[in-house]
Amino acid sequence: MALIKKILIANRGEIALRIIKTCKKLGIETVAVYSDADQDLPFVQSADEAVNIGESQAQKSYLHMEKILRVAKIKNADAIHPGYGFLSENPNFPKKCEKEGIIFIGPDESIIQAMGSKIHARNKMKEAGVPVLQGCEGIEDLDEAVKMAEELGYPLMLKASAGGGGMGMKVLQNKEDLEKAFNSTVQQAKNFFGDGSIYLEKLIENPHHIEVQLLSDHHGNSVHLYDRECSVQRRNQKVIEEGPSPFLSEAKRQEICETAVKGAASIGYKNAGTMEFLVDENQNYYFLEMNTRLQVEHPVTEEVTGLDLIELQIKVAAGEKLPITQEEVERKGHAIECRLYAEDPETFFPSPGPLNTFKFPEDDTRLDFGYEEGDKVSPFYDPMLGKIITSGKDREEAIRNMENALEAVTVEGITTNLPLLQEVMKDDDFISGNYTTKLLQNMNDRREKVES
Amino acid sequence: MSDKAIISPLPGVFYRKPSPEEGNYVEEGQQVEAGDVIGLVEVMKNFHEIKAQESGTVESFLVENETVIDAGQEVAKLK
Repeated sequence: MALIKKILIANRGEIALRIIKTCKKLGIETVAVYSDADQDLPFVQSADEAVNIGESQAQKSYLHMEKILRVAKIKNADAIHPGYGFLSENPNFPKKCEKEGIIFIGPDESIIQAMGSKIHARNKMKEAGVPVLQGCEGIEDLDEAVKMAEELGYPLMLKASAGGGGMGMKVLQNKEDLEKAFNSTVQQAKNFFGDGSIYLEKLIENPHHIEVQLLSDHHGNSVHLYDRECSVQRRNQKVIEEGPSPFLSEAKRQEICETAVKGAASIGYKNAGTMEFLVDENQNYYFLEMNTRLQVEHPVTEEVTGLDLIELQIKVAAGEKLPITQEEVERKGHAIECRLYAEDPETFFPSPGPLNTFKFPEDDTRLDFGYEEGDKVSPFYDPMLGKIITSGKDREEAIRNMENALEAVTVEGITTNLPLLQEVMKDDDFISGNYTTKLLQNMNDRREKVES
Repeated sequence: MSDKAIISPLPGVFYRKPSPEEGNYVEEGQQVEAGDVIGLVEVMKNFHEIKAQESGTVESFLVENETVIDAGQEVAKLK
């Protein structure tokens, strides 16, 4: 790659290691940046060069654009890979990279900005012919909200335009819920996201969360790399993902994937991105949001298609044409990803601490982890320790392989959600392939019933 | 009466206010009741309220806003 010989990774943990792995394969040099808390982690050791960028709080290290850009300049990095989280969806970051003559591996500022506003994204996708839920925006005050809600009909969702990842959302069953939630939601949106815009949307009571992996180059080519079902969630955050979705019919899968490509192409999308949909029991699908970055669950797609998504991201960022056409994208078998979190399996209470024992299967199970035995899990960042990914010729085999893999995992020193992951693999609803975002809640309710 | 301490059960980053734009939960010298929130600890992107375990007057805070604390660390003294 003529343009990119050295990449700075503006992230940490498992995703930093994952990016380094592909860079090594491509002969690209890597620069890691790390905080005080992370100095002994594997990604710091694995990079060709590593630079401490400050104190453990993310604001003072991984979110500090100026420090990261300074390191990139000093180390002569040609490009920056933001991973997911942290600066990956901050439109100011690609803007600053551009000013410094550094390639940002992701879409440009204007697209991140456009998709970061949920109201704007919704309108853009509607224009492009992507189905959106019936809703209402531009609400000035409670009186207006009440009037609009009556017109739409409850149940509804009240959402912050600048929210995302499950933040800034309220379910409304009736007018009283709206009256109670309105002011606090506007206030929270202002405080957390710096934008008090809110909107109302029809609620789907038992939705499937299904997303499409997209990839576009700078020459007008866009492809989809099929779908992932991400309905196993706690607090609106994903725990287990799989691909292809066991719920969608082949015809519907094709339709959703093609619609997503059309939507992305309509805004001139570039690099890797994911379009998320809510899907109801009749397979009607509605645009939820677009994530303008690599997803945590990208390995599911890599296992099913045999492609290296980070390699493709780097190539596209370097200005190369997509090396594959839609017809050449293969889909083989089934893949499942389990996220191992440092948290209580039932209360989801975080559990930082030392990894006294940290053992994994020693077969060909894919393990994307940022920690090793003896490392300390600090309280400063996301509780995700890493991901276990299994595949099989069909879903049944992938589930069986996951059960065996989880059986071979031992963690001592901290509490993890390992028992929950094992329970899901044995759950009848999960095994049936028809489960919604209520799955974990339903399992929890059943457990409480048994206990009382 | 002997001094009582308010302890954080969790490690993380300590905050004295609910959000950057708002004022402190409590000021030194203020009276608190058992169960009153006196600060937040951010641990793994979750925010946990720190509550006074008993009533009293906040004599002093032992850690400043936005500092890193350990599990079991005293964050304030009560009288």
